[in-house]
Amino acid sequence: MVLQSLKNCLWPFCILRIPKACFRSTASGGLIIQSVSNDVYQNLAVEDWIHDHMDLEKQHILFLWRNSPAVVIGRHQNPWQECNLRLLRQKNIKLARRRSGGGTVYHDLGNINLTFFTTRKKYQRMENLKLVVKALKALRPQLDVHVTDRYDILLDRQYKISGTAAKLGRTSAYHHCTLLCNADKFVLSSVLKSPYKGLKSNATPSVPASVKNLFEEDPSLTSEILLDAIAKEYATQHQIDHHITLINPADETLLPGISNKTEELQTWEWVYGKTPKFSVSTCLNMAYKDSVLDVKVNMDVKNGRIEVCNIDLPEHWLPPGLYSELIKSLTGSKFCPNETTTLVATLLRVCPQDDELHSRWSLLCDNMIMLM
Amino acid sequence: VCIHRVRSCSSIRFIKSKYVCVFDKSALKFSHQQRLFRTSAVSCGQIVQFKLSDIGEGITEVTVKEWYVKEGDSVSQFDSICEVQSDKASVTITSRYDGVIRKLHYSIDEIAFVGKPLVDIEIDASKGVAPEEDVVETPPMSHEEHTHQEIKGHKTLATPAVRRLAMENNIKLSEVVGTGKDNRILKEDILNYLAKQTGAILPPSPKAEIVPPLRKTEAVPAAPKDKARKIPVPVSRPIVFSGKDKTEPVTGFQKAMVKTMSAALKIPHFGYCDEIDLTQLVQLREELKPLAEIRGVKLSFMPFFIKAASLGLLQYPILNASLDENCQNVTYKASHNIGVAMDTEQGLIVPNVKNVQVCSVFDVAVELNRLQSLGSAGQLGTSDLTGGTFTLSNIGTIGGTYAKPVILPPEVAIGALGKIQVLPRFNGKGEVFKAQIMNVSWSADHRIIDGATMARFSNLWKSYLENPASMLLDLK
Repeated sequence: MVLQSLKNCLWPFCILRIPKACFRSTASGGLIIQSVSNDVYQNLAVEDWIHDHMDLEKQHILFLWRNSPAVVIGRHQNPWQECNLRLLRQKNIKLARRRSGGGTVYHDLGNINLTFFTTRKKYQRMENLKLVVKALKALRPQLDVHVTDRYDILLDRQYKISGTAAKLGRTSAYHHCTLLCNADKFVLSSVLKSPYKGLKSNATPSVPASVKNLFEEDPSLTSEILLDAIAKEYATQHQIDHHITLINPADETLLPGISNKTEELQTWEWVYGKTPKFSVSTCLNMAYKDSVLDVKVNMDVKNGRIEVCNIDLPEHWLPPGLYSELIKSLTGSKFCPNETTTLVATLLRVCPQDDELHSRWSLLCDNMIMLM
Repeated sequence: VCIHRVRSCSSIRFIKSKYVCVFDKSALKFSHQQRLFRTSAVSCGQIVQFKLSDIGEGITEVTVKEWYVKEGDSVSQFDSICEVQSDKASVTITSRYDGVIRKLHYSIDEIAFVGKPLVDIEIDASKGVAPEEDVVETPPMSHEEHTHQEIKGHKTLATPAVRRLAMENNIKLSEVVGTGKDNRILKEDILNYLAKQTGAILPPSPKAEIVPPLRKTEAVPAAPKDKARKIPVPVSRPIVFSGKDKTEPVTGFQKAMVKTMSAALKIPHFGYCDEIDLTQLVQLREELKPLAEIRGVKLSFMPFFIKAASLGLLQYPILNASLDENCQNVTYKASHNIGVAMDTEQGLIVPNVKNVQVCSVFDVAVELNRLQSLGSAGQLGTSDLTGGTFTLSNIGTIGGTYAKPVILPPEVAIGALGKIQVLPRFNGKGEVFKAQIMNVSWSADHRIIDGATMARFSNLWKSYLENPASMLLDLK
């Protein structure tokens, strides 16, 4: 296997869509590329870029990538439903929304991602997964791995080691999947458990599954070995040289427009704002002085913003003017703890300066913020 | 380009002349006359039912997840119409026609069926119905034209209407720079190309085709510089500025700030400014920085400013007070919770360091570090952001000298610190030396604070900073 740097490869010509006569291999076009970056947003942007700009008629592409710790949700999912956002923020784990469908996954460097780019007509998930299984079996014949009809790859008939998602456009399509080599299962299970109660939505739900790392089955397997084996099988099947071209997702001259795509994937509007409409219906149990208050809260969240907000407080627990000010400010505001924190802290400045009032306000607001 | 409006709305004619007459949205923008076309009430064209095409893998039904258009919107061929999902695959459905959306057959989360109508599009009668397949291949052209395009090695994307326009005006599509999605050639591109036809012929340069579709920009034609050819008759085209105003509602945190600032303006402010010679402090900080680093803390100037302010507040506690709503009572706050204005992505937020009166300069530095890292991560808590009694704003890190800060209720005073500049000053012996000068601008509530109090506080604060050793005497 030869890892080639950009300068040597004929990558720029792919963008110009000049006929493949310029490629080394004269057989049925195929290209294997690997990202040098571990940034989930940059890597997702590469997928977007290839999907939008490359002509896949003459050659298919296999893109190999790995990310530093991140949770990736599907296009139509609800991050509050899918993962523990508080924990993510605490642990500095990134949250990304990809453009393909499917469920939520946890990525770290022990997980490899494979993206198969083809024209829309040649979209074939089963074939791709069979290729992966073939590569694994060629590497370690004793591995019990097979593809299910849900497009998962199972180890030992029970543990999920790969999940799949796909994106289809007008002329091109891609199918990507994960492969668990040596990911941190402890972090995985804790971040993928949502603590938020009372959420109701039509967002695509994830189907939880027991997972296992290939490393646990065979400690000699590393991410590098697995990546190489899959690249080799792809090269064989597409009758191309077993070359992996490295690409840098930050290279604007190679991938014009990539930084815009990377930026867009990080915006709040994309990550949170694209959440399908959902409602939150729950009860806050607030311990105040000697009693416990049960406060019913109902909120409708659309495009990540609070559309409607109802908090069922005992009458005059807060001065009515302040209560309506709170509701008014929350309406239209992002369903986001940071936004809400700064909002309530700022509103407090124009309240009467009363310790009792302040402690009630803080109690209520802290509880509300916990919902986000 | 001179644009004529067509008299009747029921038909669109391509007039083969040196002027091109096109009915599209841009025509409506430039028209100054009163008579406008009758709009959607009258259906001008043919309604075509755009069916959901095959997704592949034998899939027969999908869920509609998001609409990118609504009824009444105009769409062009290849524009995205909606996003559907089927079994972990997200599919972007693009329009096959130019026209106006007349009906959406499904709402969000409904199941749509392959082969059944997805949307109804009204297309203009004269354009005819586009072929069933996506038009991607070039239409039958002269052999020469076809070869020309093969040499270029790429496909020319253009809608049938655009192709006809080009053909009627004897334009080679390969010579037109497309500015639409996927380098698609739009009507505007043909019009721009025609506009350039007054003089030199634009040589087809390979570079033009590599230009990637970043954003859909208005194609502003480059003036042909080649004067060796025919002398171009300058056609003064009005510069088309297509920027639009964008209106957004004021929400969330911004809304709360509006309320706070409106309340702040009710406070009668007075200002007091001065300049501080920080030469000695700069030196002191240089000495102390490594010590703080060993302890894992970044030491800026702020901890000194904050601690000095607290020492000053001990002498002038009225500046750490609060006036009630009716201006009946003044509450002297015991804690010196000094707020530090922070510039974040969200805007201006003011976390505060609690109880500076019992903190050392190092304690303040530690706390400041904690607040700064939480602030940049967007993770400050309510207790960090509330309870402030006095505020310092170090706007100098961004720039500026003197400022006019606005008091943050329920506080009664605020200080804005300008940037530290190296300026020439006279010392005691009348010699000029290099001084590190910073300006401070105070604002205070004139209802309970008078100028003299502010001035004396400022002088005390200034003396601590100009002669840091004097802080040692009064440190608690």
